[in-house]
Amino acid sequence: MYNKTKVSIGILLFLCLASLPFWHSLMQDGEDSAIKNPVILATAGETCVEDRAFMRSNHMVLLHQWRDEVVRENKREYTNSHGELFQKSLSKTCLGCHSNKKEFCETCHAQASVKVTCFDCHLQPEQMTEKNRQEPYFHKSRGN
Amino acid sequence: MKFDNKVNRKEFLKLTGIAALIGVGGKTGFSLYASGQEPETDSDENKNKIRYGLLIDTKKCPPDCTDCSDICHSKHNVPSYKSKKIEIKWIWKEPAKHLFPENNWDLKPVAAKNVPLLTVCNHCKNPPCVRVCPTQATFKRDDGIIMMDYHRCIGCRFCMAGCPYGSRSFNYKDPRKGLTELNPDYPTRTTGVVEKCNLCAEKIGDGSSPYCVEKCSKGAIIFGNLNDPESEIRKAIEQDHVLRRKAELGTEPSVFYKV
Amino acid sequence: MIEKAFEGGKKYKLWLLFLLAIIAAGIYQYSIQLEEGLSITGMSRDVSWGFYVANFTFFVGVAASAVMLVIPYYLHHYKKFSQLVIFGEWLAVGSVVMCILFIFVDMGQPQRALNILLHPTPNSVLFWDVIVLFGYLAINLFVAWVTLRKEKANLEISKLIKFLILLSIPWAIAIHTVTAFLYSGLPGRHAWLTAIMAPRFLASAFAAGPALLILLLMVVKKLTYFKPEKEAFGTLAKIMLYGMLVNIFFYGLEIFTAFYSNIPSHKHTLTYLFFGLNGYSKLVPYVWTSVAFGFVSVFMLLFPAIRANHKTLAVAATLIFFSTYLDKGLALVIGGFIPSPLETITEYTITGPEFTISAGIWAIGALLVTLAYRMTLNVRQS
Repeated sequence: MYNKTKVSIGILLFLCLASLPFWHSLMQDGEDSAIKNPVILATAGETCVEDRAFMRSNHMVLLHQWRDEVVRENKREYTNSHGELFQKSLSKTCLGCHSNKKEFCETCHAQASVKVTCFDCHLQPEQMTEKNRQEPYFHKSRGN
Repeated sequence: MKFDNKVNRKEFLKLTGIAALIGVGGKTGFSLYASGQEPETDSDENKNKIRYGLLIDTKKCPPDCTDCSDICHSKHNVPSYKSKKIEIKWIWKEPAKHLFPENNWDLKPVAAKNVPLLTVCNHCKNPPCVRVCPTQATFKRDDGIIMMDYHRCIGCRFCMAGCPYGSRSFNYKDPRKGLTELNPDYPTRTTGVVEKCNLCAEKIGDGSSPYCVEKCSKGAIIFGNLNDPESEIRKAIEQDHVLRRKAELGTEPSVFYKV
Repeated sequence: MIEKAFEGGKKYKLWLLFLLAIIAAGIYQYSIQLEEGLSITGMSRDVSWGFYVANFTFFVGVAASAVMLVIPYYLHHYKKFSQLVIFGEWLAVGSVVMCILFIFVDMGQPQRALNILLHPTPNSVLFWDVIVLFGYLAINLFVAWVTLRKEKANLEISKLIKFLILLSIPWAIAIHTVTAFLYSGLPGRHAWLTAIMAPRFLASAFAAGPALLILLLMVVKKLTYFKPEKEAFGTLAKIMLYGMLVNIFFYGLEIFTAFYSNIPSHKHTLTYLFFGLNGYSKLVPYVWTSVAFGFVSVFMLLFPAIRANHKTLAVAATLIFFSTYLDKGLALVIGGFIPSPLETITEYTITGPEFTISAGIWAIGALLVTLAYRMTLNVRQS
């Protein structure tokens, strides 16, 4: 190989630079408290649709699953692991409690640098009427 | 055998058998290239399957009334722009001669040629838009509604080229720029996706009718299940003289016009 | 090997800088398009594909035309093309990259582009087009690169490469056929609904591609040590002539069928293109320019003396290039949307930002072709 030393130094330098973000986050002492304990404005029910740990790591998977099932299969009801029934709705079910989208969604996503595109189309709580915001997030069967 | 769409089951099996013999690949190969085009077997077999449709009674529809489009567009957050070039429309009116260009119009009075008739997505039984979509962002539901998955649409506009009815609109810019009032019960769309009438899929599940049908005080639009022989729409289609737009293309629209 | 692409004089560096500047302008305008949406283009509800898709369609043809060198050389052992084949392959690479970029900038939601592969849909022609285009890019890139390396090391090409070269022939036909199917399979778009769309595409491609290659090789001849043989130019000119003759013949067939059958919907687009319809006639001058260029170039090329003379050959190649560009690029795609399915006419005018973005893509194509040609020439010299 030509220029063995130069090439090795180059590769090493590249690896250091490329891994910089990892070192940077490792050096910070844990997560920001706002991210560790997001403000939750629960207005109905005690827990989220699934438990906290599951939602933390899998909320995006669940949301995508809901999205596809509602739009593509017209299945609008979700039965959680405790057998409770919910309406699969970002605006009604999720934002029903987490109406503080700014703190609840955006702080963490900014940190993780994941762009939330949901609200390009779906309305935010402040764009919704009073009646809508207060609609209980538990599913009401259509009969009552 | 006649080349119409009413191939019965036996004939269909025979056809696919021949196809398999000559190496086209039989039923799977056939259906792979013809998604959204189930072979029509006996109509009795479709009895339990819903196929929603509309019947527009052109005589009952007052030419200058826009109630149905107004309610539809406000309920579905359909933006309105000053520029006609990039406008977005779900249900609107066009001169009769434009909707049925193949009709022999030359002996009709000018007024008849230009009478505004409603037009809307035809929710075709053999939808070309579904056939061409590269991501299945537009697809046919079990109940016959041609739906858009706005989350999946890449905005290639192949469906707009494919639709022979001009029923599709593209969001050339952020639709919220064209909305003064938002209906909180329904999302908007985002820049760069195609949209069209969804036959109020969000609403009709519990037996109610689309907004356009509900709002029309003249009862000019009938909504119902085309496969149900007892439904009002089916009976009206059987009894009256009805037309479908560009029937010769084989798309089999689910929107009928009573003339 | 790649470092050889950057070795060149001051003029060469300036040319690269010039291309980079255009690319930068294109990227800047594209960033605005990402923000604003496709409203910055001239496209509309009625004319929902415009300049981007027109260029895509045209350059798929240029890419496919590489087979016009591959077939004579590899199948018929036409030795005069031995030095030229690789230039055709590099042109194909540059063209396919442009095609992919033109499709990309045309998308309303480019960040979702991968949905085409995440939700593969075999009934969509666009799905197949993406597959064949990327496949063609990979084959040509690999073949051109490896053959150049073998040439450098004075080695025979392997069986695998030979196989890939042979595969590239039907593959080239496939990319343009699939691209024609994008149009010819749509109900209700009468100007496109024609079974000879794919043959028409191939014929015009085999005129436009060699035309562009002749012009590029003339530039190479003028600026570098490499002097392609006169006979090679003559053969390319003949290929171009035959391609254009067949292209004009096919176009005539379309006109006959539409006007002799007298079916209104089949006549509308052609009437709009050649004479204007209901007072709308924006494309008429372009179409007649295309017709004039096409006939003049064919007439010129019929004379062996004109084909043999580099100056007149350059004129004829330029005329063919623009004739096919206006016809297949502009008139075919935009004309297909006029009149709309609702019998109305919305005309299309390209906008400045749309042109700048397109120019950026042309510059990317030109940059790739320049670098590849330079690399090939430098490798061969050393």
